[in-house]
Amino acid sequence: MTARTATRPAGSPVLDVDALIDDPATRTIVCCGSGGVGKTTTAAALGLRAAERGRSVVVLTIDPARRLAQSLGLGALDNTPARVPGTRGDGDLFAMMLDMKRTFDEVVEAHADPERAATILANPFYQSMSSSFAGTQEYMAMEKLGQLRAAADRDGTWDLIVVDTPPARSALDFLDAPARLGSFLDGRFIRVLAAPAKVGGRAYLRVVSMGVGAVGSVLTRILGAGFLADLQTFVAALDTTFGGFRARAEQTYALLQAPGTAFLVVAAPEPDALREAAYFTERLHDDQMPLAGLVVSRLLDTPAPQLGAEEATAAAARVSAAGTSPLTARLLTLHADRMRAIAAQERVLARYTAAFPQVPLARARAQAGDVHDLEGLRAVGASLAG
Amino acid sequence: MARPTSGGPSFADVDLHVVSGKGGTGKTTVAAALALALAAGGRTTLLMEVEGRQGIAQLFDSAPLPYEERRVAVAPDGGDVYALAVDTEAALMEYLETFYHLGRAGRALRAVGAVDFATTVAPGLRDVLLTGKAYEAVGSRRGGRRRYDAVVLDAPPTGRVTRFLNVNAEVAGLAKVGPIRTQADSIMGLLRSSRTAVHLVTLLEEMPTQETGDAAAELAAAGLRVGAVVVNRVTTPVLRTRELAAAARGDLPREQVCETLALAGLADVGVLADALAVEAAQAATRASLQRRERLAVAALGHPVLELPELPAPPDLGGLYELADALRRQGVT
Repeated sequence: MTARTATRPAGSPVLDVDALIDDPATRTIVCCGSGGVGKTTTAAALGLRAAERGRSVVVLTIDPARRLAQSLGLGALDNTPARVPGTRGDGDLFAMMLDMKRTFDEVVEAHADPERAATILANPFYQSMSSSFAGTQEYMAMEKLGQLRAAADRDGTWDLIVVDTPPARSALDFLDAPARLGSFLDGRFIRVLAAPAKVGGRAYLRVVSMGVGAVGSVLTRILGAGFLADLQTFVAALDTTFGGFRARAEQTYALLQAPGTAFLVVAAPEPDALREAAYFTERLHDDQMPLAGLVVSRLLDTPAPQLGAEEATAAAARVSAAGTSPLTARLLTLHADRMRAIAAQERVLARYTAAFPQVPLARARAQAGDVHDLEGLRAVGASLAG
Repeated sequence: MARPTSGGPSFADVDLHVVSGKGGTGKTTVAAALALALAAGGRTTLLMEVEGRQGIAQLFDSAPLPYEERRVAVAPDGGDVYALAVDTEAALMEYLETFYHLGRAGRALRAVGAVDFATTVAPGLRDVLLTGKAYEAVGSRRGGRRRYDAVVLDAPPTGRVTRFLNVNAEVAGLAKVGPIRTQADSIMGLLRSSRTAVHLVTLLEEMPTQETGDAAAELAAAGLRVGAVVVNRVTTPVLRTRELAAAARGDLPREQVCETLALAGLADVGVLADALAVEAAQAATRASLQRRERLAVAALGHPVLELPELPAPPDLGGLYELADALRRQGVT
């Protein structure tokens, strides 16, 4: 019923979505982009399409809309992949929603003896860091990805993991989070904070260097002794428990760079979203992350590309003047508006493609209604595959 | 200045307007329009940005904003809109200097990575600084009076805004005494008072309105006041209600449309008429979804403001248009 609009930007290669998801070498697909661009829908649609084409897929989502979550059988946060009922074909689709606190707790429990784990879990700093401070989501999404990938490699459970990244406040957060946390936990600051817990009492003021002593006393002045003691316990516990946190972060980072991982930048055809997409594209390139392409969501199209906006407007004016059929005049105006909106989307998209002509594009058409069932996801997937 | 007369929400007693919304709803644009509307009639407002995206500079078509308050626009009847893009690291150093006169020790903190820790690894601390900056702007005085008649904060998106605003309660839970505790208490005092209103920007689409409802409930539970729900990018359907209904049923008068198209000199009218009918049916689906979402927004029980869809991309002229629309709905 709908024809593709003719104004495809010249030069950009087409992203062959089916080739990407069919290739057994593709083990992980990471969907990134700013918030509100259809990232979760894209991840779910790709996962469903891959499963229905025979792969065994797990989709890791961060915060799906309620009805989309329900359609994937994600009634509650349970932090483990559950099979999605109702898929067609031989493949399997699993989905899970990230519970960041639970993921963090599990990391602690897996790496500390029960007594130490209990101390950490009860620490007020741990509790606020694991449940309420933003940024933890990024770390935990990467942690969970690492876990799923390890399980997939070990048990052969899934051969494709599709990840929907958190709506990072900036492009940087999501890529930098693991390295930052790693460098922080291995850094001097942590040693300063951890010092009193290790040497005991206030001895650290004498033991450590001048600059560090100043820092310690400043922190005590600012934060109060109780605050510092809690923080120190937390840090010391983390420090010993997560001895290899940096190694872990580096592993995750390496996993992202490894063959088998494909990044998709998702953007709506709007100036802000594409500006963020450009930023992501540069960042992925700088970090040598394998960018498979740009997914442009919500592209408008028309079944009547032959009638241009100006021609339609002029015809509407003639019909109005004749006064015979106000309905037809309005239908022509509606079409003219649609053609203008399509042209505006293409202009915005052309700015991106001019800057990154080598990045393959996949285009997903806007759906008339909201997408919240497998049928809707199938339509998005079919549209993506062209 | 001529006061608008419609019975919209009055925010005359509000000093801090926090604007949030799901990603992609246009919250930065709405925040800017609100700052412009509130500055009308010779007042002065400050528009603050905290996410380091330089969205304000792009809207007002200026160079990236430095970390200082800068006038970015003049409101109708001679008000001033200042803007500030808060740089977290600079804010931290400034905070430490103001409260603790740190100097060298502040630099030592930077050297051991404490600044990096505060601004990146523990984003909760970043939120403490950013809300503190808003608190400071609200209280800032010049020449014996408040420097800004209103401060508009372009806040993090709905998914994070309650945590963001509530971070000081979190801090208060960690720091039982001391200057940090005192500061956290003062900031929470302002944020939870009637001097602060949190406005939620949404679109007439399912996910944004759902998130708006969730955010409104979370804010209320945290003791924060929801000001208005701002429905952005509202379009008026081109077709009449009855025509939309007919289009949805696939019941448009095809003969009449074909004849009229032919008279208007268009070719291949059968194909064209069918295509136009498809577009009309899609418009009907959209209109009915919008009706449903409009009811959902109204059911939230907060004042609702509507802003029209503007030709993309948003520019300065568009901002004045939106500001005017806000004023006509009673925002002063």
